[in-house]
Amino acid sequence: MTFDSTKLSVLLYGLEKLLRLTARRHPAFAARLKQKDLVVQIRLRDGTQGRTFVFQGGAVTSRAGLHGEPRVTLSFETAAIATRLLRPRRTQLDLVSAAKTFQVETIGADEEVVWLSETLNMLATVGAEYGIEVGGGVRRFTSNTNGGVVFVHVKDGKILRITPIELEDGDAPTWSVEARGKTFTPPRKSTVNAHTLAWKSLVYSPDRLLYPMKRVDFDPDGERNPQNRGTSGYVRIGWDEALDLVAKEIQRVKRQYGPGAILNGSGSHHTWGALGYWLSARLRFFNNVGWTPVAHNPDSWEGWYWGAAHHWGQSARNGGGETYNTVEDLLQNCEMVVFWSSDPEATSGVYGAHDGTVRRQWLKELGIPLVHIDPYFNHTAALFGGKWIAPRPGTDSAMVLAIAHVWMTEGLYDKAYVAERTVGFEKWQEYVLGREDGVPKTPEWQEAETGVPAKDLRALAREWGTKKTYLAAGGIIGFGGACRTANGIDWARGMVCLMGMQGLGKPGVNMGCLQQGTPVDTRFFFPGYSEGGMSGDLAGTAAAVNVYPRMPMAPSMNSVQQMIPRLKIPEAVVDGECEGYPTDPRTIEGQFFRFQYPSPGHSRVKLYYKYGGSHFGTMTETDRFARMYRTDALEFVVNQSIWFEGEAKFADVILPACTNFERWDISELANCGGYIHHAFTQMNHRIAVLQHKCIEPLGESRSDFQIFLDLAKRLGIGMAFSEGSSELDWCRRYFDATDLPKAISWEEFAKKGYYVIPPLPANRRDPVSYRWFAEGRPKDTPELTPLPGDYTHGFRNGLQTQSGKIEFESSSLKRFDPDDPERPPILKYVPSWEGPHSTELFAKYPLQLVSPHPRFTFHTQSDGKDSFVNDIKDHRIPVEGRDYWIVRLNPGDAKARGVADGSLVKVFNDRGAVVCAAKLTGRVGPGIVHSYESSAVYEPSGEPGRSPDLGGCINVLTPKRMQIQKSHSIAAMSCLVEIAPWVPSEVQQ
Amino acid sequence: MNGTAKAWRFVIDVARCEDCNNCLLACKDEHVGNDWPGVTGPQPRRGARWIDVVRKERGQFPLVDVAYRPTPCQHCTDPPCVAASGGAIRRREDGIVLVDPQKAKGRRDLVESCPYGALEWNEELQVAQKCTLCAHLLDQGWKEPRCVQACPTGALRIVRLDDGEAQRLGAAERLEPLHPEHGTRPAALYRNLARFEACFVAGSVAGPVAAFPSGAVECIAGATVTLSRAGQTLATATTDAFGDFKIDGLAERSGRYSLVVAAEGRSRILDVEVKESVSLGVVLV
Repeated sequence: MTFDSTKLSVLLYGLEKLLRLTARRHPAFAARLKQKDLVVQIRLRDGTQGRTFVFQGGAVTSRAGLHGEPRVTLSFETAAIATRLLRPRRTQLDLVSAAKTFQVETIGADEEVVWLSETLNMLATVGAEYGIEVGGGVRRFTSNTNGGVVFVHVKDGKILRITPIELEDGDAPTWSVEARGKTFTPPRKSTVNAHTLAWKSLVYSPDRLLYPMKRVDFDPDGERNPQNRGTSGYVRIGWDEALDLVAKEIQRVKRQYGPGAILNGSGSHHTWGALGYWLSARLRFFNNVGWTPVAHNPDSWEGWYWGAAHHWGQSARNGGGETYNTVEDLLQNCEMVVFWSSDPEATSGVYGAHDGTVRRQWLKELGIPLVHIDPYFNHTAALFGGKWIAPRPGTDSAMVLAIAHVWMTEGLYDKAYVAERTVGFEKWQEYVLGREDGVPKTPEWQEAETGVPAKDLRALAREWGTKKTYLAAGGIIGFGGACRTANGIDWARGMVCLMGMQGLGKPGVNMGCLQQGTPVDTRFFFPGYSEGGMSGDLAGTAAAVNVYPRMPMAPSMNSVQQMIPRLKIPEAVVDGECEGYPTDPRTIEGQFFRFQYPSPGHSRVKLYYKYGGSHFGTMTETDRFARMYRTDALEFVVNQSIWFEGEAKFADVILPACTNFERWDISELANCGGYIHHAFTQMNHRIAVLQHKCIEPLGESRSDFQIFLDLAKRLGIGMAFSEGSSELDWCRRYFDATDLPKAISWEEFAKKGYYVIPPLPANRRDPVSYRWFAEGRPKDTPELTPLPGDYTHGFRNGLQTQSGKIEFESSSLKRFDPDDPERPPILKYVPSWEGPHSTELFAKYPLQLVSPHPRFTFHTQSDGKDSFVNDIKDHRIPVEGRDYWIVRLNPGDAKARGVADGSLVKVFNDRGAVVCAAKLTGRVGPGIVHSYESSAVYEPSGEPGRSPDLGGCINVLTPKRMQIQKSHSIAAMSCLVEIAPWVPSEVQQ
Repeated sequence: MNGTAKAWRFVIDVARCEDCNNCLLACKDEHVGNDWPGVTGPQPRRGARWIDVVRKERGQFPLVDVAYRPTPCQHCTDPPCVAASGGAIRRREDGIVLVDPQKAKGRRDLVESCPYGALEWNEELQVAQKCTLCAHLLDQGWKEPRCVQACPTGALRIVRLDDGEAQRLGAAERLEPLHPEHGTRPAALYRNLARFEACFVAGSVAGPVAAFPSGAVECIAGATVTLSRAGQTLATATTDAFGDFKIDGLAERSGRYSLVVAAEGRSRILDVEVKESVSLGVVLV
C-alpha cells in the first residue's frame, strides 16, 4: 500500500467515527441521519480501494471494500486526490477544480447525492450558535431588508419584534467630518424605512401563500382553460404533485419545442440577501435549465443609461456618476444644492434607509441654500425647505437649455474647464443660442414649455452660475424621477452638460445631496447582490470581477440565446415577435445591439415561470399583461411567490416561497454592487449581516433555493444547482469570499450576526469624485470601471467617452445614428410625445400624471397584503372597507371636476382606468396630478384587463411606448389622464 | 398626582418630522400580536394610531409648506381619563399613564374622556387602548420606546424630568404643550408648533431691476417687506434670491394687515386678509 492509500483508509475509517460521534453530540445531526436509509460507497474510480457506508435507521456502519448495491457512489481518481479532498480543511477551489476535471464524481440519484453531500457538510456547521439570548426566552437574530439592517427578536418560534440595530461599544467607531468650524458625526445606530418595520405584518400576512396550489380548471393532461386565468379559483395540492407537475411541464416544452420555450422573469427587487436575490439562486437554476430570460430595462435609470452615458460614460453605473467622499466636500465647500427630480426622503436614495436624512439636516445647520425642481412639492423639499420650482412633467430639458442660455449669454460658466475638459461645446452653443434653428433657448422660450416663470429661471441660473453648487439629480445620482419621462434621456444628459459647464469635480462643484459619498471604507471587500451571489453567471451578473474567483464554484451559463424585453412581454407572447435593445452596461455601445425575438432557430416561449406578482404595479399599460395571461399563447404558467397578489393570481400552479426571515442568507446593508458600485456609501456605517433563519418557513412554504433545488433534483441538475451545499453552506462559502474572515471569525459572526466595517482614518479617505478629472490627473477614485479597452488615453486616464472628456456632442451617438431625431448627438429640446404637445390627446386628457417611485413601500413589497403600511395616511385611504390608492390633485382642478377631498375618483385614459382616493393639495400645480407607482394590489372591478382597477395599479394608465424607438426604456412619467368622480355602478369600461 | 417626581415625557419637534411614519409602524410592530401583561393587550392589526402623524399644509401653489405633528398620548399630569376611569386607568410614579386591560374592559365611555383623542376602542378586546410609552420595555431597561428608537430625524425624543426640570428645558428649547387650554398639564412638550398652528403671508417680489437694464421682469432679491397693522410694524422680512419672502407666526383668522414691499427705490402697499396662510403669488413692484 502506498502512503496515500494508507492515509485514505484511515480517513475513511475515521469518517464513520466522526459521523457517529457528531450524531451523539448533536441531536440535529442525529435527526438528519434518520432522514434516509442509504448505502454509500466512497471509492477510487478503478475499484482498487474503497469503503462502504450503510446509513440505516439513523445509525452509520461501514466496512472496508466495495459491498452491496450502493445508492450513492463518491468516486475519486486517485488516493492522493481523495485524501486531499476528504480532509476537513480542504479548500473549496480544490474540490470545485477536481469536480470540473472529473477527478471526483458523484454517481446516484440527485436526491440522495445532494442529501449525502449536505450531510457531510453539516459535520462542519452543526452545533454552532446563531443569535444571542436577550432574556425572557427571547433570542435576537439579525436580518437585512431593502430598507435597512435589523435585529429580529424571536420567542417560541415567532417573530416578536423587528428593530433597527443599535451599535455597541465594541463595534467599529463612527466617522466624523470637520466642516466650517463644526464637527459632524452621525448617530451610532442603523436606520430603517417604514417598509422594513412592516415586515412582521408581511411575514404573518393573511395573503401569504402557505401551500402549493393548482388552478381548479387547469388540467395538464386535458383542458387547460387559459382564458380563465385570473378568475378561476385554486385548489391546494401537495409539494410532490406541484413539483412533479412543474418539472414535467419544463421537460415537455423542451422536448416539444426545443430551446427557448421557457420564459422566466422576476421583479426588479427581491427580499434582501446575496444568495436569495433574483440575481443569484434563480440564475443558477434557470441557466442549468436553459431559458429565455426577461431582459430588464434599466428601469430606474432610463435616461442615464440611454442618454447621459453618451456624454460622460459611466456605462457600468447605467450612466450614473462617481460617488466618492462627496459628503465631506459638500459640507466643506458647497454653497448651494439643486435637487432636480430628486426626493431622497421619499426613495431613501435607494436601499439607504434614513441614513442620509441626518446628513441633510447638517445642510440646514450650515444654512446652505436649497432649490427643488420637481412637479411635486416633494418630501425632501417639505422637510428641508428652499425654493420650489415646478416645471410641467417632461419639460425639464427645456429648463436645462435655458439655464445654459443664461450662462452662455451672461458668461456664468467655467470657460477654462469647458476648454480643457470638454468637447463639442461650440456645436451645442450654436443650438442653445438659436444660431442653428433660429430659436434662442431663452428663459422666456422655456416658460412657454415648462410653465416656470422666466424670472425664476434667470434667478436660478444666476445663483447656480455664481455659487459652488452640488446638483442632486435623482434620488441618488441617476435614480428615478424625470429620467422616466418620454424625454428622460434629454433630462439626464442635460444634467451632465450643465455640470460640464460648471466644472464637475472642482471643490464644492459636484453631484449628489449627501445621499452618497460617506467616508466609509470602500476598500474592504464585501460584494453586493449584482455580483451574482451563488449564480456563477459570468455573463448576466458582475460575478466575474470578484465573487467568482474568490468563491470557487462551477460557472453557470444559459444555453439559450434568446430574450424578451420586459416592457414588451405581452406583445412577444401574444404577437409572437418583438425587438429590443439590451441593458448591457459593459460599454457605452452595449445598448446599440438591437435584438429580435424569437432568436434564429429558437422556440417561442410556451411556459412562463414568473417570480412574484409585481409587473401589474410596476410595468406600463399593465392591463396588457392581464389580457396576455388570458390567451392560449402560454401553455403553462407557474408563479413562485410569497404572497397571493398581482400576477400570482394568473398562474396555473403557484409555488409558495418564504421570506428572508425564514431562510439563511448573507449580505451587506444597502450594498447592491454593480450598477451602483459602492452603493453602501449611502450609509453611515458599513454593516455586514448574516441573515439568520429566524423562524421556520410558514405553513408549507419553502425558500426559493429549496424550491429550485427540489425542482433541479427532478430535472437531474440537483448537484449542478447546489453543488451539494445547503443554504447555510453557501453563506459560509460567501463569507469566506469576502474580507470578513480577516476581521471576524465565522463563529462570532454567526452568533452576533453582524459586523461593522471600520471607516478609514481621515487621512486615508477616498479622493473626491471627479477631482482627478477636474485637475487633469489620472483617475484616483476606487472604481474599477470603465474597462481598460474603453480608455482612449490609457488606463485610468480620462472618461469612458471617445475623447476622454465630457462630450456636449456625443461621439458614440454620432457613430450610432447621427440623424436620429429622437436622440441627436447634442441635447436638443424634443417635446414629450405624450404631453401638452399631443394636441388631440391633451384635449381629451388634459391632466399630466406623474408617478414616481413610492415612498412607503419598496416597489410592491409591503403594499397590500394587509400590511401595516396600508395604515399610513399618505399611502392609502380607507373608504368603505377598502384601502384605496391615492391620487393627488390641485384644489382648482378638483373643484372643476366636482371632486372632494378623500372621495373616490376614476383616473382614466384610453388605456384603462384606476379607482383612487383623491387628495387635494397645493403640492401640485394646476393640470398636474401625482400618484405613486407600484401598487401590489390589482383588483379589476370586472373582467381582468378590461375593467377599472380598484387596487391602485397606476401603471394601467401609463404608456407602453419606449422613450425613443432605439431603446428599451420606460416612459411611465409621461402620461395624460382625466379624472372624474367614481360611480361604483360603472364596472365595465 | 405628583408633579415633582421625575416623569417620562415626549419632546416632539414638529419641524423635524417628515411623515416617514416609522413611529407608527414601530408601534404596530411592538404591539400587534403581542400581549404585554400589566401594560396593554395587543393592538388591532389594522387601524390603530397610538401615535398619529397629523398633517398640516399651508399656503397655495407654489408657495406652500407642510408640517407634521406626531401626536401620541400626552401622558398628562392631570389626566382626565384617569379621573373618569374609577381606577381603570392610572398614572404611574414615572408619569406613564396606563389603561388596565382588565379593569377597563367594556368601558367604551373612556374613549371620550381624552380631549386629545388618544384613546382608541379595541373592538375585539372591548377595551380602550393607547400609547403606553412602551412601559414594558422601559421597565426592562430600554432607553427609549419603539417610536423614538425608530425616528430617524430626532423629531421624537424622550426625557425623564420633574416639573422644574421640564420647565427649564421648555424655556431653553422653546417648548410648549399641545392645547394647554385642556388644562390637563400634558407631559409631552412640542417644539415649532407654530409650523402647525400659525399662518404665514408669503409672496414673490418681482419687477425691473437696475442691474439688468433690459427691463425684463426679474426676481428682486433684498426687497424689504414690512407687515403692519394700525401703523404698528409687526414683522419685516427680506426677500431671497428668488424674490421670495415669508412672514410666519400669524394667528388664524387674525384679519387684515398692511404689507409694504420696498425694492429698487420703489414700493408697493398691499392689503392682506389672513384667514389661513396666504400665498400672494408674484408681487410686482
